[in-house]
Amino acid sequence: METLITLLVGVLVTIAVYLLLSKNMIRVILGTAILSHAIHLLILTMGGLKKGGVPLIQGESGSYTDALPQALILTAIVISFAVTAFLLVLAYRTYKETGSDNLDALRGVNDE
Amino acid sequence: MMNNFLVMPMVAPLVTGIILIFLRSNVLLQRILAMISIVLTAGAGVYILNRIQLDGILRLDFGGWMPPYGILFVADSFATLLVLTSTVVTGIVLLYSFASTARAEEKMFYYPFIFFLLAGVNGSFLTGDIFNLFVCFEVMLLSSYALITLGGRKVQLVESIKYISINVLSSWFFLLAIAYLYGTVGTLNMAHLSVRVAEVGQGPLLTVISLIFLIVFSLKAGLLLYFWLPGSYSAPPTAVAALFGALLTKVGIYAMFRVFTLIFYHEPGVTHTLIAIMAILTMVGGSIGALAFQDIRQIVSYNVIISVGFILIGLVVSTDSAFQGAVYYLIHDMISKALLFLLAGTMIYLTGKSKIAEMSGLIRNYPLIGWLFFITMLAIAGIPPLSGFIGKVLIGQGAIEAKAYVLLGVGFISSIFVLYSLLRIFLNSFWGETIISEDEERPLKRGMAIPVLLLGILTVVLGFGPELLAPYVSDAANTLANPDVYIEAVMNGKD
Repeated sequence: METLITLLVGVLVTIAVYLLLSKNMIRVILGTAILSHAIHLLILTMGGLKKGGVPLIQGESGSYTDALPQALILTAIVISFAVTAFLLVLAYRTYKETGSDNLDALRGVNDE
Repeated sequence: MMNNFLVMPMVAPLVTGIILIFLRSNVLLQRILAMISIVLTAGAGVYILNRIQLDGILRLDFGGWMPPYGILFVADSFATLLVLTSTVVTGIVLLYSFASTARAEEKMFYYPFIFFLLAGVNGSFLTGDIFNLFVCFEVMLLSSYALITLGGRKVQLVESIKYISINVLSSWFFLLAIAYLYGTVGTLNMAHLSVRVAEVGQGPLLTVISLIFLIVFSLKAGLLLYFWLPGSYSAPPTAVAALFGALLTKVGIYAMFRVFTLIFYHEPGVTHTLIAIMAILTMVGGSIGALAFQDIRQIVSYNVIISVGFILIGLVVSTDSAFQGAVYYLIHDMISKALLFLLAGTMIYLTGKSKIAEMSGLIRNYPLIGWLFFITMLAIAGIPPLSGFIGKVLIGQGAIEAKAYVLLGVGFISSIFVLYSLLRIFLNSFWGETIISEDEERPLKRGMAIPVLLLGILTVVLGFGPELLAPYVSDAANTLANPDVYIEAVMNGKD
């Protein structure tokens, strides 16, 4: 199961890198979103998938699944949510100011 | 229980930021509260620093979870010195922004974001948990995203897209490194990480993980991976740029020192050699950049990059005196880079131009700015008795002790390039024929002159009185050189 998820992470990262390298701003933002999903899955896998019972002290068995990765992911999701929201607003604002969402066309504003 | 005080440098700015959001329309009240909060935070920093000298490294376990479980704050002299310096520098930059920031921006949550930035910076210095370090980084970065776009000029928007994209990517690498590290050694507490890594030995796998951390912190600090820095740091308003130049790269440098002296110090042949190569390339690249550009803001930004390379010599050679030098130089660099950015911004405000060739003879119009620029230039170049000197001497001494002559040579040659690049601004803009007549001279606001003067006094004081800081700095260097001190305090120290 861990191997499968790791492969899935690889596929997601591939897609994200493809999107990040494109010139369209929205695609880049989608790329960062997919990239963060991939890393969340990876953190989950690194902690080990379902190795024991529910991590409650009253639980029946002696072995529990590690709950820490889920806490980490929850934090990371909130952060990536905030950053993605900010990026989307920024892209919209930039589009309104410059009239373009093509990253190539935005080069050289410094020289105006 | 007294250790609860440790959380103050992060919580005080955070609470202030939240309160200021509700005082949006009342700018005067915002300013007063901001200054009160800075004074309190700095006071907390001084108090913690002195407590450390009495009681050793302090720690605060949140929610009573003993290490290695739970998140904790650890205050050693190194972290607390940086907390204190960043709080003071932020305070002075705030003073400057009272005079320089447009009223509309002050009402658009300018002050709350500065305080959130400070909370993130102080949190990054104090935390003892590597995932918490990531969270504090993000607090700092999100506020910096908002600050860099505040005002919404076209340049700012375009530069911030680059800035945010590169930081999203580096945050991704940070999470990647944390995931692998957790998968390998199963802990996130930095002291516990150090113990576990020492137990299993830093094999190839752990070394690769350490290199991912190196990539992350290099991106933040501008070590070799600095291509985003000059653009982003010259886009925002002066006060914000000064804050970025003074604080943000230093957080990356701090994290690098922490991780490579506490956790991954077993394979210096791989990691430290790589850092050495990156530091040399950074200094060379930064020097070329500082000479290549005509725009003052670009020249100043490249000066930030050179100093990053220089401070990391201290990490590479890792002797006691080099660590002391690095700590001194970090403190000096925070103050002098803030000063340099403020001076550059003031020059641009006064003349309305940003190229060095377009200004001339400013020292006759504004003697205060001219002389302060001169002092700053000497301080950054490391001329005694100003603040850069002691750091440069100690780092140089450490490099000689470790027989790292190439690093020594490149480091000191880069100082000459720093001097030359700033001298170029000085000769072109301050000397020469005065082109601004007295009638069309734009008056220098007192609100701008005072903060710049304060920072100038700080560099002189730090230059003349390094003995004031000596006990703290030697304690900080001792902790960096002996990771056991840190580990002992976290894992076995009394609550």
